[in-house]
Amino acid sequence: MAQGKLDIRSYRGFRALTFLCLVILYAPLVVVTVYSFNDSNSITTWDGLSLRWYVDVFTGPESAKFKTAAVNSFVIAITAATVSTVIATLAATGMIRAGRFRLRTLSFGLISLPLMVPEIVTAVATLIFFNAIALERGLLSIVLAHIVFCIPFAYLPISARMQGIEADCEQAALDLYATRRQAFTRILLPLMTPGIVSGFLLAFIVSLDDFIITNFVKGAGVETLPTAIFGAVKRGIQPNIMAISTLLLGVSVVLVTLSYFVSKSDSPK
Amino acid sequence: MKRTMARLLTTAALAVTATAGMAEEKVVVFHFFEYMPQELIEKFTAETGIEIVMDTYDSNEAMLATLKAGAMGTYDVAVPADYMVKIMAADGMLDAIGEGELANKGNIEQQWLDVAFDQGRQYSIPYQWGSTSFAVNRDVYQGDIATTAILFDSPAELAGKVNMLDSQGEVMAMASIHMGISQCSTDRDQLKALNEMLQAAKPNWVSFNSDTAKEVLVSGDAAAGMIWNGFNAKARSEGANTEYAYPKQGYIVWMDNMALLKDAPNRANALKLMDFLLEPENVAILTNWTQYSAGVEGVTPLLDEELRTLPEANPPADAGPGVFIEACDEATQAVYDRIWTELKQ
Amino acid sequence: MAAGAAGGGVTSDTYKAARPWLLLPAWSVLALLSLAPVLMMLVYSFLTKEFRGGVIWEFSLAAYDQFFFDRGLFGDEPPKIQWTYLAIFWRSIWQAGSATLMSLLIGFPTAYFIATRPARQRPVWVFLITIPYWVNLLIRTVSMKFLLREQGPLNDFLLFTGVIDSPLQIVNTNLAVQLGLFYSYLPFMVLPIYAAVERYDFALSEAAADLYASKWTTLRRILLPAIRPGVIAGCILVFVPSLGSFLAPDLLGGARNFMIGSLIEEQFKGNAGNWPFGAATSMILLSMVLVILLLFARQQARSENRGRG
Repeated sequence: MAQGKLDIRSYRGFRALTFLCLVILYAPLVVVTVYSFNDSNSITTWDGLSLRWYVDVFTGPESAKFKTAAVNSFVIAITAATVSTVIATLAATGMIRAGRFRLRTLSFGLISLPLMVPEIVTAVATLIFFNAIALERGLLSIVLAHIVFCIPFAYLPISARMQGIEADCEQAALDLYATRRQAFTRILLPLMTPGIVSGFLLAFIVSLDDFIITNFVKGAGVETLPTAIFGAVKRGIQPNIMAISTLLLGVSVVLVTLSYFVSKSDSPK
Repeated sequence: MKRTMARLLTTAALAVTATAGMAEEKVVVFHFFEYMPQELIEKFTAETGIEIVMDTYDSNEAMLATLKAGAMGTYDVAVPADYMVKIMAADGMLDAIGEGELANKGNIEQQWLDVAFDQGRQYSIPYQWGSTSFAVNRDVYQGDIATTAILFDSPAELAGKVNMLDSQGEVMAMASIHMGISQCSTDRDQLKALNEMLQAAKPNWVSFNSDTAKEVLVSGDAAAGMIWNGFNAKARSEGANTEYAYPKQGYIVWMDNMALLKDAPNRANALKLMDFLLEPENVAILTNWTQYSAGVEGVTPLLDEELRTLPEANPPADAGPGVFIEACDEATQAVYDRIWTELKQ
Repeated sequence: MAAGAAGGGVTSDTYKAARPWLLLPAWSVLALLSLAPVLMMLVYSFLTKEFRGGVIWEFSLAAYDQFFFDRGLFGDEPPKIQWTYLAIFWRSIWQAGSATLMSLLIGFPTAYFIATRPARQRPVWVFLITIPYWVNLLIRTVSMKFLLREQGPLNDFLLFTGVIDSPLQIVNTNLAVQLGLFYSYLPFMVLPIYAAVERYDFALSEAAADLYASKWTTLRRILLPAIRPGVIAGCILVFVPSLGSFLAPDLLGGARNFMIGSLIEEQFKGNAGNWPFGAATSMILLSMVLVILLLFARQQARSENRGRG
């Protein structure tokens, strides 16, 4: 590559700012992770390495509360992610593999509606709606609210993948007298797997992370990890919160990494 | 595809009910945060086999709002303060406790039995009572603290370092005490003056926090702060050099009460919990932990020695009067709501 | 997110016959649980408030009146413009704007730098930028608070290196809220700009350089106009969620100064208990956001047309 060309592209300081950007993005997370291994009772002093706060998370006085919250969080996230992934896969097929139609733009607007409406507004609207239809607050109300905002997150990678798959594949199957249902389940779906998995994982993380909407629609004594953590940090950051945060951070990182590699694997020709 | 959907929804519903059904016998308590020791919760479960499911709030107003926002019918009991019991009862949110339904009702101290906010204890039982004023970090400020001016006309050492409770009822009542006006004043000049006084005081406040009222004093993030008396005792035991003030203008007295909610899903268990909380032995465990005061007969001999001499629990002779928070009517409340919003905007 | 044609292009009409059935679940779920609640909220904003929470089913403009008009402490003076809530909106706009500017200053060079890496390296860089976004927002905000505390690692570090003599009070200030928002949404700024720079044809820059334009002039006059839609997309993706944020002001700002999010929350879960007003405030926020998105969409469409023409 010619020296001049490189020179035109690079600006002094941009590399440094990029590293600054990464430092800013990661510093708080690293600090919390490091301090979660602190032996001290206080978050301000460093007393050496220890796993005691991780032990505390699983066996300490608050462990029961956090365990229930974790179970709730995972039940909600799995249910919401599954349902929204199914809905999003069907919708993507309808949007991308079913020809043009008049309501298409409107349909897309509806699918991305949860992304456009500010979270606090969604929370208020859902609260009012559940109240008006007298839906009892509990896990079910949270799951319903989560399914909605998970749909666009599942839809994006799924539709991106579907566009990348040539229609010829199913056409060939149809030419060989496969029914459309068979073309869908035997040809399209298997090809779609990476997109679907990645959509599911994103929906799962988004559900696992949600605080504001959950906080508005949750019922008596039903805590998810974020609401339980929020309740705890409002009273000051305790060392055990850092351990929980680090664990949750780990789950998110693993899932995103998984989603990254799944969507990268055998990308469509 | 519809079948798949249906199956998924059924699975979801099953998962939901499975998690909800884990506890066989339970009582769902909507409680002030950090207000019931783990020891007592475990003791109740051990004695009755009933599990306590707890959700918390950080102000009476927030509790009321949450209940009104569709949470009625999901909680069995809540722990409103005096004026809030009155508001909730008037709103039909409380369930009357029938004659003879509480075996230990006779244990309620006489002075807390026929209270103005719940005549004859129809809906509630005493939980704890105490006072609200403020505490000052003595390392930062050594002057006279027996005055509400600490909050509303802060001395230079404390300016910009005062934490207020994020609780409209308590802040407004304290401000009224400072101004020497009645709490539900309808006098326009008084209300205007109250509004101006609060606006002038606001620059001295660093934050509005109820749930960290104690922590900000311990950590030194605030040098003075509105606080409940028992909380300051805890702050001191956590190493803060803070002194709780009994201002000469007066201070807030409150009684928190466990009230039976309308449509309680576990009404019988709720009554068992109330009976449990009227046993002197249990109330003593509670009181020794909260460091407030009980409203039940026979508790005093069971209390820790230091509780008797606790400065927070013993107003000095020259302290002003303790007053309860009043519930205002709608039109008056609207004015106070506006003052509060202006204050926090 | 602002990817070209709505929902991606149509690639075939294989399942045309099944289309209604394929779209029905999404349509029904979203119409019932996303659109209907917003419409219901619109209705509620025109109802009469019930004392201390709840609504009475009677038409009323009181909520909007309260938002826009000041009728004095007692509600009987001639109406003036109500500054209280406008000030809260203005503060939110200011905070979100500052956070957006900070993100732009850091995010643009980062996006540019990544986009000019060899093609094989780029996905790794992008991945590094996205990871923090997927970490729980609550945890990130808490981490930020921990880092910025008076006795926190940042102050320790600055004191240790001698940059400052006494710890900085950052938590509970506007700056803390801005930093929190900046941190929360920084990846949103980087990604669209990155996508735009990646598509940019550097031959244009080379042509400018051949004509003796300085590097910074080239950046300003050639590159920036070409990637403008990406920059605007990034700004919107940071600005819009910041505007309605609740966690950062609450945890980092000490709940001392309301932002829109906390104002709305207070109407439903806090002291105020004025549902119609909370619904009206939400509607106003939603309208603001939709107007911004609409303007953006038009601008985007214009620049696409220009690109084709």
